[in-house]
Amino acid sequence: MSAPVQITLSINGEPITATVAPRMMLVDFLREVAALTGTHLGCAHGVCGACTVRLDGASVRSCLMLAVQAEGTEIETIEGLADSGAEADLLDAFHRHNAVQCGYCSSGMLVSAAELLAQGGVPDRATIRDHISGNYCRCTGYQSIVDAVEEVARTRAGKAGAGA
Amino acid sequence: MSVTTRYDRPNSYIGKSVPRPNAVRLLHGRGRYVDDKVLPRMLHAAFLRSPHAHARILRIDAAAARSMPGVVAVFDGNDIAQVMTPWVGVLTHLSGMRSPPQPALARDVARWQGEPVVMVVAHSRAAAEDALERIEVEYEPLVPVCDMQAALAPEAPRIHPELDSNLCWERKIEVGDVDAAFAAQGATVVERSFTFGRHTGVTLEPRAVIADYDPAEDRLTMHYSGQAPHMMQAVIARHLNMPEARVRVVAQDVGGSFGIKIHTYGDEMATLAASKLLRRPVKFVADRLESFQSDIHARDHRITARAAIDGEGRLTAVEIDDITGIGPYSVYPRSSGIEGNQVINLTGAPYDLPAYRARLRVVFQNKVPMCQYRAVGHPIAMAVMEGLMDEMAAASGRDPAELRRLNLRADDSYPSASPQGMRFADLSHQACLEKLLDLMDYKTLRAECDRLRQQGVYRGIGLVSMVEVTNPSPMFYGVGGAPIAAQDGASVRLDASGAVHVSNSITEQGQGTEAILAQIAAEVMGVDISTVHVVTGDTAVVPYGGGTWASRGAGIGGEAMYQAARALRQQILATAAAILQTRPEKLDLCEGQVVDADSLEPRIPLSDLARMVYYRGNELPEGLQPELIASRHFKVSDYPFVFTNGAMASYVEVDPETGMVKLLGHWVVEDVGTILNEKLVDEQIRGGVVQGIGGALFEECLYSQDGQLLNATMADYLVPMASEMLDIHIAHVVTPTRTSELGAKGAGEAGTAGAPGAVMNAVNDALRPLGAHMAQMPMTPERILRALGRV
Ligand code: FES
Ligand code: FES
Repeated sequence: MSAPVQITLSINGEPITATVAPRMMLVDFLREVAALTGTHLGCAHGVCGACTVRLDGASVRSCLMLAVQAEGTEIETIEGLADSGAEADLLDAFHRHNAVQCGYCSSGMLVSAAELLAQGGVPDRATIRDHISGNYCRCTGYQSIVDAVEEVARTRAGKAGAGA
Repeated sequence: MSVTTRYDRPNSYIGKSVPRPNAVRLLHGRGRYVDDKVLPRMLHAAFLRSPHAHARILRIDAAAARSMPGVVAVFDGNDIAQVMTPWVGVLTHLSGMRSPPQPALARDVARWQGEPVVMVVAHSRAAAEDALERIEVEYEPLVPVCDMQAALAPEAPRIHPELDSNLCWERKIEVGDVDAAFAAQGATVVERSFTFGRHTGVTLEPRAVIADYDPAEDRLTMHYSGQAPHMMQAVIARHLNMPEARVRVVAQDVGGSFGIKIHTYGDEMATLAASKLLRRPVKFVADRLESFQSDIHARDHRITARAAIDGEGRLTAVEIDDITGIGPYSVYPRSSGIEGNQVINLTGAPYDLPAYRARLRVVFQNKVPMCQYRAVGHPIAMAVMEGLMDEMAAASGRDPAELRRLNLRADDSYPSASPQGMRFADLSHQACLEKLLDLMDYKTLRAECDRLRQQGVYRGIGLVSMVEVTNPSPMFYGVGGAPIAAQDGASVRLDASGAVHVSNSITEQGQGTEAILAQIAAEVMGVDISTVHVVTGDTAVVPYGGGTWASRGAGIGGEAMYQAARALRQQILATAAAILQTRPEKLDLCEGQVVDADSLEPRIPLSDLARMVYYRGNELPEGLQPELIASRHFKVSDYPFVFTNGAMASYVEVDPETGMVKLLGHWVVEDVGTILNEKLVDEQIRGGVVQGIGGALFEECLYSQDGQLLNATMADYLVPMASEMLDIHIAHVVTPTRTSELGAKGAGEAGTAGAPGAVMNAVNDALRPLGAHMAQMPMTPERILRALGRV
């Protein structure tokens, strides 16, 4: 086994320095070292999307990345997204549309949905479905999630339109 | 009686689509799933699993593993057996069923690929996994018995040498003159063979457990990702030889269950045993490979069925022969017999059916154990019967909707019973079918199908009329000796601040259990829902009861909640009447106040009343108890089950060049009785439909001939993704059940029960002009091309 490595990165705006085994995956680092258990592990193979987090602005699968690869990056997890209030409308829409059942997919789903919404405009339902197809949800059947994302896109576009 | 919702009144929640109060923290990443929990001194378990489907264990050498860094203990089957007795997954009311004792970890012989053989407990999961690699197990491979039909052959090797065959259970039903019906002049008879593959639940959160034994108190706590805490408590106590009351089972957030996490698993039981042996907490979380190799699988049937209609189109007889493969053991404590039993009990249930014959054979094989998963048996029973209905319609030149209309039980025919002895009440098959045809605009769609066929576009419509077993009575499991409660309990109390605290033995896996409990309590108590606090899932806290399974949460736990809240309401009104020197019937509860029943004028806030009762009991009139608490339990009486019914339609296009099925439309009309929260009901149906579609089109546990599971990763095992799925249209017919005051039936499984049959019928409708027919699920493109003779 190779020697532990020290890494420093920013998570949800807070700097963190820790010594980790080189083989530790980012998802385990977030959950076990940073105690941010909102990020979930569903498959560990990059398929289900439960572990999706935002890294330097882009959504990544934290089960496919080593913690050491995150050295110097800025990571946002669901805890950060929720606490900052930046996606409050999206979280609220998920709640009202019941786009969450067991909640295990939700963190990753929200990060992916936020990524799509950040592109602006009002994507059609097929585009929304395509975008979240890397995020498995075993409970909802997806329709309510599409409803929530679509509604937020409309509302945001309406506001942007009104402000312009 | 049903509850009329007085929407114009404040605190009317029953029937409203109230968003789930407990879902917000899940969205904020503040869920409390088992793997999120870290306990002091906690160790981690990993399992070495059998690489063979069938092999004798000759020798286990764990010396090297034991000396690995971080390793605390290594246990094999014999070590665990020192403290844990094996279990037997049979129910006595399924007469003749047999299954040998199953150990937590394999002893002597491993009987499926993935069966746990050796357990390592270490300071981290990584250390435990490293140690697994240093364990040597010498196996003598035995002949794997995988094919369920071959397993029944007299010369087949026996999976359990102490049994005279690989047959676990056989049941036959014969009612009416079946042979005469099939031989009758003018009868249209169709016969089909069906194959339903194995699939599994793929809960996004894998199975997980923390076992926390405290020797100082001789108390074992299980942090449990599952549906039935009291059942687990009884199972653990029985097999670890502890008093039940010294075992506490706590289920907080559960990341999906669908029936997967309600069974007794050797790895979880061994984790509990290890905690007891090591006297400290031990965590086990299945990884995805382990989930595929050890979570129960579902379905796995080979069926031959035939049915007849007379010259008028009236159904005269149905006959079905079902063989189902259940792996090497019947799963404890629910048994693996219920799935097949439901198939033969429910086939033909929606229809007036005079004659019925069935044979079920439940067979041992060297594959992952099979047991109850969402909609248990229903998808098979409905797909078979509805498939035959469509074939008979085609063979007799009738419209499929018309043939159903002709044969569905009349809506005024209840109570009634099926030839199998299923007792029905308060159903609405005819109304649901009519509403469905209307909702989907059947005529227009049919015309569109016919028109497009001329242009070489192959679209099809599939209809399903269905029943669903919900709200089971003790006749389901308890009667068969299983430690499974059919009743549920609810408790409600007012605290000194006037807030309402409720607890209930049903559990939450995301359905909205806690939301409907809060809705019921808030409405009956006349308070704002935000002042209701709900606790579920903890055997140390909640009343004794069955938990959430068989679509029983709303109907049984919800009714218990309703009764308990009504009892507390009466108590409060009596107390208030004594204080206010009036009669209880003159008072009501509204917006957190005791009010005048007629004028709704406030008389005393609940908080004042509570403070008086708790703090200043001296001011209470003589004889009033200083308590504001009530508990009630509820079980379904008079009927073994409360059936729901519904109708479903699927509209698909099949590409004969690629074999791809494109889903174009899906409609559901479901009668769940009184609707407590329509949004939650609809989302249960939608999620259920999509799981059903998964089984119909994508999901299958593929095995090699020697019993190796070939696709045990999420990349290889396909589950429905957002892009392939579609919007699902839902409507309701409301016929409250007479068995309770609320009138709610279950809603959790109907979607999964009906969707596979609807999709299969739609595919077959599309393929009919091409002369092809599908009778195997999942209907993969390759299988469709094979049916078309193109590969
Ligand atoms: S856990 Fe990372 S994609 Fe599934
Ligand atoms: S809500 Fe359970 S997996 Fe999506």
